[in-house]
Amino acid sequence: MAEKPHLLKILDILTLVLMFIATGLVFFYAPVEKIMGLVQKVFYFHVANAWVGMVGFTVAAIVGGIYLWKGEKKWDIAGFAAIEISFVFFLIAIVSGSIWARPAWNTWWTWDPRLTTAAIVELIYAAYLLLRRGVDDPDRRERFSAVYAIFGFISIPLTFVSIRLMRTIHPVVVGGSDAAAQGGFSMIAPMKVTFFFSLFTFSVFFVDLLWHRIRLGVLENKVEELRWSVD
Amino acid sequence: MQRIKAYLRAMGAIVWKDLAAELRSRELLTSMLVFALLVILIFNFALELDIKARDSVTAGILWVTFAFAGTLGLNRSMASEKDRGCLDGLLLAPVDRSAIYFGKAIGNLIFMFIVEIIVLPVYSVLYNTNLFQPGLILVILLGSIGYVAVGTLLATMAVQVRTRDIMLPILLFPLAIPVLIAAVKASNGFLQAIPLAEILPWLNLLIVYDIVFIATAFMVFDYVVEE
Repeated sequence: MAEKPHLLKILDILTLVLMFIATGLVFFYAPVEKIMGLVQKVFYFHVANAWVGMVGFTVAAIVGGIYLWKGEKKWDIAGFAAIEISFVFFLIAIVSGSIWARPAWNTWWTWDPRLTTAAIVELIYAAYLLLRRGVDDPDRRERFSAVYAIFGFISIPLTFVSIRLMRTIHPVVVGGSDAAAQGGFSMIAPMKVTFFFSLFTFSVFFVDLLWHRIRLGVLENKVEELRWSVD
Repeated sequence: MQRIKAYLRAMGAIVWKDLAAELRSRELLTSMLVFALLVILIFNFALELDIKARDSVTAGILWVTFAFAGTLGLNRSMASEKDRGCLDGLLLAPVDRSAIYFGKAIGNLIFMFIVEIIVLPVYSVLYNTNLFQPGLILVILLGSIGYVAVGTLLATMAVQVRTRDIMLPILLFPLAIPVLIAAVKASNGFLQAIPLAEILPWLNLLIVYDIVFIATAFMVFDYVVEE
């Protein structure tokens, strides 16, 4: 295994520092929302988590396409890494959303388009992870994963539209009209700073984790190759 | 022109092979049908289908039945190719791989249609409702096409996986959600005689789903059967 690159070490430290600052901003800088109170603060990391989740799934679909085109192993490793990380982040987004929904909507869960789509997306990628575990032949596993990552990603907008055709109560934070009626709110400057800083922090966090996970993937690949050569 | 003819002939040959095999063994259709009727029976007890409840849930019951029976058929149809080494034989044939996909998909679609054609009158008789409405037939047509288009590709993957008996529904259902939602909503619309303008978005969604996934499956099928 190659030594840990310097840039990665720097990125690790940067992520840690940013995380501290973001947490500080959320707790001490962003004002308490007038109606919802403290629970609104979950919003900053909730959206950041969901954002990282969607970025990862998008990356995996693109990388899956490149894998099918080029057939090089590194693209498969990257795609798997992105989905594994995003799967966890997306789960955190769903759970933190639930924590917010309990006081704001008076229920943990409601069958609203975004919540339902989120649940289905999580299930799609759970199926992806199961599929990977079910195939022994590495070459076949890589092809199947790439195909399923693309299929899954294409179905997300269709799922969202199909559920959206029914009504929604999820607040539309950017560009919503009657957001306040749904537990939405308009952000004042310090809130916006905290919000976009959280997004940035989590994006950096994602890149850092992805890098680590790809290095781990390369190692896994080496172990697997060794195992095949022994058999 | 010559190439298109050859392509269609290859497709037709696969469909014909599936139909001929089914005509002799009848194992796929009978199991799909019995299973579909059992699902309807179970719903009867699970939901207490009295006359009031019936109107609002008929569309849902029909589509759950079709989806479950469809999964059974898709899995069986691909598994029999895999078990007896037929898939390798098919792949050796000097035809475009996508012709194999379309041939299998059309075969599966025909089986699904046969099950649906039998389930509809049975349901109509059992629950005293008339399900033979042109609108509903159209929805069933569009919905089944989308379901089978995705299902055939995923079944081809699923039969090559170690845990193949349980893999297909896990892979297929989350991807089939848009088609199921749209199909249930549109079917319900036609059964409740809702104005066409309100059903139209669902029909559009079904058409978009069909086109998008047939096109994607056409492009990636090669990678799923490659050895």
